[in-house]
Amino acid sequence: MSDALVIAGKSYESRLLVGTGKYKDFAETRAAIDASGTEIVTVAIRRTNIGQNANEPSLLDYLPPAEFTYLPNTAGCYSADDAIRTLRLARELLDDHRLVKLEVLGDPNTLYPNVTETIAAAKVLVKEGFEVMVYTSDDPIIARQLEEIGCVAVMPLASLIGSGMGILNPWNLQIIIESAKIPVLVDAGVGCASDAAIAMELGCAGVLMNTAIAAARDPVLMAGAMKKAVEAGRESFLAGRMAKKLYSASPSSPTTGMIG
Amino acid sequence: MKSGMQILVNGKAMQLPSEAMTVMALVEHMQLTGKRIAVERNGDIVPRSQFHAVQLQGNDKLEIVGAVGGG
Repeated sequence: MSDALVIAGKSYESRLLVGTGKYKDFAETRAAIDASGTEIVTVAIRRTNIGQNANEPSLLDYLPPAEFTYLPNTAGCYSADDAIRTLRLARELLDDHRLVKLEVLGDPNTLYPNVTETIAAAKVLVKEGFEVMVYTSDDPIIARQLEEIGCVAVMPLASLIGSGMGILNPWNLQIIIESAKIPVLVDAGVGCASDAAIAMELGCAGVLMNTAIAAARDPVLMAGAMKKAVEAGRESFLAGRMAKKLYSASPSSPTTGMIG
Repeated sequence: MKSGMQILVNGKAMQLPSEAMTVMALVEHMQLTGKRIAVERNGDIVPRSQFHAVQLQGNDKLEIVGAVGGG
């Protein structure tokens, strides 16, 4: 059965997107990425170190762009202008690469998104031909506006970035999922495998995570757990859950043929 | 006569040995040849194909970036 995740016309087998930050070293990054089965990896765009170890290995040596779909992000940007500049650089850096993750933050303590700046940036980026996967709050109206602007995926938070608090408002996520025609991915807040499964059971098209894997005691083992959770959650969603009842007079075993 | 010129690279002042340097020459000077980088000069992207053609001016502001781990 083919159940591909389609983003901006491209199909992906895996519905798990993984960030490449906070790992112990590049070898662990690579091992976790492999265990997760992900095809889309997020990267940040940062100033190169001047005059330091010109030959030191880089992330790209461990995760060759030919093997993965790179999703350059705007992490750390607090204005639409900074986010736009960062992604223009990313596009040049990755040979006219258009698929990007837009995130504009509003507060350095909570890392809560600034939705007005996010909307302003999305408008410019879509006009410039970027395929924008947009990180946002779980506000259904903002999600709808981002879709109307032409973003290719909307990615509401489950809870705050790096918090591992899980899915705090499944109701809002459900409203966003029900009304969106573009893929809805949970981005941020997932802490453990059951969180990822719950997101997928709600009907999310995918889950994007970084800290939940990188900050686990055993990141590679957790990456494998997340792979299974996303797959299990997806299948559970597709299968359609049974109706919830307070109690049932219908046991699973036959009521006839009892001894005695 | 003072030779060379000063530019700003990634927020830091840099003294260049010559007044006639292209972006390409700067990239070589910084030992970044062959590295996957992107360059912004005074707010505008300099495409890699134009590195050899774009002449640096004194007080230019450059950003030279690469991809790093991130979520």
